[in-house]
Parts: sequence; structure tokens; C-alpha cells
Amino acid sequence: MILNELEIDPITFQTEMGWEIKPEGACKGELCVPLADGFDLSSTAERLGMALVHDEEHGVWALGPESVNGRALVTAEAPNLVLSDLDGKEFQLSSLLGQKVVIVSWAPY
Amino acid sequence: MREELHPLGVEIVTVSLELSEPEASRPFIEAAAPEHPSLLDPTHKLDTLFGVVNIPNVIWIDEKGIIVRPAEPGWPGPTQYPESFAKRMAERVAEAAKAAAEAPGEGGPKPPDLMKLLRTGQDRDSYPDAIRDWARNGASSQYAMTPDQVVDASQPRPLEKSKGAAHFELANHFWQIGERDAAIRHFNECHRLQPENWTYKRQAWSLVGNERAGGGEVGRFSQGPLPGEEADWPFDTNFNDDVAELEPGQYYPKTIE
Repeated sequence: MILNELEIDPITFQTEMGWEIKPEGACKGELCVPLADGFDLSSTAERLGMALVHDEEHGVWALGPESVNGRALVTAEAPNLVLSDLDGKEFQLSSLLGQKVVIVSWAPY
Repeated sequence: MREELHPLGVEIVTVSLELSEPEASRPFIEAAAPEHPSLLDPTHKLDTLFGVVNIPNVIWIDEKGIIVRPAEPGWPGPTQYPESFAKRMAERVAEAAKAAAEAPGEGGPKPPDLMKLLRTGQDRDSYPDAIRDWARNGASSQYAMTPDQVVDASQPRPLEKSKGAAHFELANHFWQIGERDAAIRHFNECHRLQPENWTYKRQAWSLVGNERAGGGEVGRFSQGPLPGEEADWPFDTNFNDDVAELEPGQYYPKTIE
């Protein structure tokens, strides 16, 4: 995610990055990573192996995805993918629960 | 394919990884005239959320929302292209073959031997059979993985890959606001950190390639400098040179027998 400052509330962090902040730590699926001093963007990102890249010239940060277990997936539980269609209408992957789903990525290049 | 699979309880969801306007994807979506969800993913969330690294990549998710096959090269069925696009693409491939025979150079559409390389690795023709097997047999299908297997089979991600993804987000951010130099700087760094990620590479190359090729239906498929313009190409990489360095089976790795 793109950030203008190194501060974020835990709820936005959960919505954007998929990790819930609980008493036991930052949690995703069955994995909880302890946070020694509670939630703080910089230290929590470091614990979860989320790269923080700074573009100094423009004063903008980007937070990369977790790498805490060395894999793209921390859990087999699918994240709730939320994307829009051509008409700008939002679609939630969770609306398809009850069906098998095959997601196919493509591109006009 | 959807007509065949949907009665068996399988829904297809297509996702376009294109960071420019939705109109870039519209002709392809409308040619397919889908009844299934057809979504737009301009920031390439599929890469960070699922470990997608190329197109087409496919992810299987069961009825409970559990991934049973992580992102892998996959072809659920034949692609329907817009007719005018298919015609123009065929023309361009013929033009490139002719030009390559007369004066070999870089850039432009893929030369014939690269097309052959793209067909190694994951088998396209039998992939739909794997999906059919899972549609019929569910968790007892030989192709359905356990949760632990799914996590272990997902794309390796050391910290530097997270950094590469962050650079991609910055590149996208700056491209959208017209800060081209910053965008290109971040694209190049992203590609250096994630050389195996072809969505990040092809997306970037297509943005400039499209401009140089003059837009149109196939402009985005121009993913390198035009012949004679090599010195003017802003990226450290391009499609033809990068793919030429690959071993067979590296572009679309085989994950299903």
C-alpha cells in the first residue's frame, strides 16, 4: 500500500494488508506473530517481513506484502479479494462461497 | 468452458492486470461476453495476495474459500479474442517474421523461436482436464492439494521480493500522476528484485511499448524498443532479450503432470 506518513491505524492495516491485530499479535489464517510492544507500523512491518520503501524525493512510502514465512501464502485461506468490474461495480470474492472458484489472471498485453 | 463447468458448481473469475484505464481491457472482455465476474486489478493485487507472477496464472479455491491450488500457469479453456485484434496480431507476427528475415533486430512482436519457448513447461492442452477432474471429484481429486501443500507450493518470497512489490506500487503510483521518471526508476528496481515476475515486467514494457508502437489494438503487445530505437528504451530489460535467456520450461513452469 502507498503511505504518505509512517503511521496507520490497525483497522486500516487489517483492511489493506489482511493481518488482524489481536492480543496475541498480528494474525492471518492460523498464524499469529507476537508483537512485543503492540501495533506500530514500522516494527510490525519488520516482524512480518513487509518491506517499507521510501521515495525520498516525493515523500511517499510503499509497504510491501509479508514475507514472514518465505512464501507468497501464509495460509491456504483465500483472502477476500475486492476488485471492480468494467462498470466500476465492486465485487467481493467471498460472495462466491459455496461454489468452486477458478481465478484466471490475464492482461491486454 | 464456463458453460461446461458452471453446472458442476465451478465459477470462473477473470482478472485483468492492467494499470491504465479500464478501456484497455474492455474489447477483450466484451469479445468474451462473459456471464462470470470479469474484474480489473490495476495494482496487480493478485501478485501480492496470491503469488501470481505471470499471465495467465490460475488459482483454484474450494466452496469453503480454501485455496486448493496456488497460482500457477493455467489455461481453463480457449480464449476468445476480439476479431479485429486477432487479425491485426496475425498481421504483425507476419510483418515481424518478414523483417527478421531481412534485417534481424530487437523489439517488435515475438520472433517464431520465442513463441516455441513459450509453449514449453506447463501443458496448455491438458489443463482443462485437470479442472474438470476437480469439478467432478472435489477434495478427492488428485489435483487438489492440502492447505500445507498449498502454502509450500506458493511462490517463494524472501524480503527482497516484498521490496520489489513495494517498488511496483510506487511505479504505478507515479505513472498514474504523470511522474514518468520516478515511475521508470521504480519499475527498473522492481524488475531487478523480482526478475521472475512477468506481470511486473510486461506491464511496464507495454506502457512505453504502446506509445512507441502508436497505440491501437496491439500496441500494448510491443514490449521492447522498435528496431533502431534501442538506445531510447528507458528500461533495463525488454521482452525479447529477457525471454531469450530462459531455459525451456522456465516461462510457464510445469506444476501439473
